Amino acid sequence: MIRQALRSMPTRARATGRPRELGRTLALAYRLALRLASPLCILLLWELASRAGLVGSHIIAAPSQIGSTLWELLRSGELADHLLISLGRSLAGLSFGVSVGVALALVAGLSRVGEIAVDAPMQMLRTLPSLALVPLFILWLGVGEAMKIAMIAFGTAFPIYLTLFSGIRGVDAKLVEAGRTLGLTRLELIRHVILPGALPAFFVGLRFSLGLSWLVLVVVEQVNATEGIGFLAQDARDFARTDVIVICLLIYCLLGLVIDALVRALEHVTLAWRPSFIKGA
Amino acid sequence: MDMPVSDTPAQAAVHLRRIERRFGEHRVIDGLDLDIAPGEFVALLGASGSGKTTLLRILNGLDRADGGEAEVPAAVATVFQEPRLMPWKRVWQNVTLGVRQADARKRALRALAEVRLSHRIHAYPATLSGGEAQRVALARGLVREPQLFLLDEPFAALDALTRIRMHALLLELWRQHRPAVLLVTHDINEAILLADRVLVLVDGRIAEDLRLDAPRPRQPDAAAESIRQRCLALLGVGGLPSHSSH
Ligand SMILES: Nc1ncnc2c1ncn2[C@@H]1O[C@H](COP(=O)(O)OP(=O)(O)O)[C@@H](O)[C@H]1O
Ligand SMILES: [Mg+2]
Repeated sequence: MIRQALRSMPTRARATGRPRELGRTLALAYRLALRLASPLCILLLWELASRAGLVGSHIIAAPSQIGSTLWELLRSGELADHLLISLGRSLAGLSFGVSVGVALALVAGLSRVGEIAVDAPMQMLRTLPSLALVPLFILWLGVGEAMKIAMIAFGTAFPIYLTLFSGIRGVDAKLVEAGRTLGLTRLELIRHVILPGALPAFFVGLRFSLGLSWLVLVVVEQVNATEGIGFLAQDARDFARTDVIVICLLIYCLLGLVIDALVRALEHVTLAWRPSFIKGA
Repeated sequence: MDMPVSDTPAQAAVHLRRIERRFGEHRVIDGLDLDIAPGEFVALLGASGSGKTTLLRILNGLDRADGGEAEVPAAVATVFQEPRLMPWKRVWQNVTLGVRQADARKRALRALAEVRLSHRIHAYPATLSGGEAQRVALARGLVREPQLFLLDEPFAALDALTRIRMHALLLELWRQHRPAVLLVTHDINEAILLADRVLVLVDGRIAEDLRLDAPRPRQPDAAAESIRQRCLALLGVGGLPSHSSH
């Protein structure tokens, strides 16, 4: 009897498969609604408080006003212009910073002499909060684009250097030995063993650098800029436009998410060999 | 290679005289003599810490001896206890690593076919079982057409059934290609099953050099049992390092 009941169970489950799936979707929707309930309530209260005049728009603008301003900025293309300028600065700074960080990490990571020459100064410099250098960079480079890009480059070089250097030094010595018994030359060892082994660490550094580039950007774009998201926020502050400030914050959030997704995609392609990325493993 | 190596005379694949290797005051290899003929299958037994790996590292050029003469063939391949495959390279790319011939890929595929892994050539090492990974390591050694094949406890981490299959595979590959083999093992039965000669390393020297003439596949018989007993005695009585490190 029992055995028969057990044997018929899978079939019954299959027969009820569709209702079950529907149930699961409903449960999911319910949980989602539950999670969104509180934020939506807060938004509603915020709107009501603004309309009732309890919270002035110089403290924070009403959600509806933020929405309409966002629409306006999008429609006029103003937001896109500022965003493009900021992205350009960030990319320019990043490409310098990442290149320098990679080059220094290779020099320090792949040779003892290089380590002696490069590592100690880098370890000392990295303790400086890079934003504290803004005055010095302004004296050296003025208040124009060069200063902004140099600041981003300076800030983003360190995470790359630190992670890639330790990644290179952390490559499994047993694999390097195996490579040597296969007759690999030093260059081949670097190319086939050491650099691929250090790549995961490099991506950790890249994430840090991307995040940092935005942080630096926010600050330097408030120095004598006429374009860029940082300028938009600064300008809005002068006119007490809290709606625009909130929009700028939203943009930073969104960009952070987009960048994270990009790095993740890049990792998926280049680290396809990792057990966590192998399909079906 | 950064050790004194000269062309091996035709009658020996390995020719070692008075080899020494010290770590501080600790003489791990202490005046070791060893000859291995071309195509000979030699098993090396020794207690843990007796210097088996140290000797292999001198033979494959990872370390240099502190004294003595070593003649080793130009083509040496090593299989370690762990497969040591590059996780970021597919199986066939692991096998071609360092192979200079233009048809490296073809050679790799042939070697992989010999270890019966033709169906896994595009896999990443992380997806292989322990036995499969060690077969890739065998193919990676084989593709170099070694005159001397060094194996450092290559089957120690495998389960018993896989180990039996690997024994058969290793014998088959050895018969096909006839390299001189130096198989380090702590398993006396494995040594007796596979080798032409069983060496026992004690106090940094070859303390016993036993010849096995029984045809393969071998059955446990009286001769094998007496060899087993002698090895056990050597490992049990003299197997502990006599000079302690303090
Ligand atoms: N790089 C090293 N530095 C110091 N001592 C070492 C080193 N490599 C091996 N030894 C010592 O040499 C001895 C032999 O080691 P090894 O050859 O690995 O033994 P095994 O026979 O187990 O393979 C051990 O006592 C070990 O501690
Ligand atoms: Mg060992």
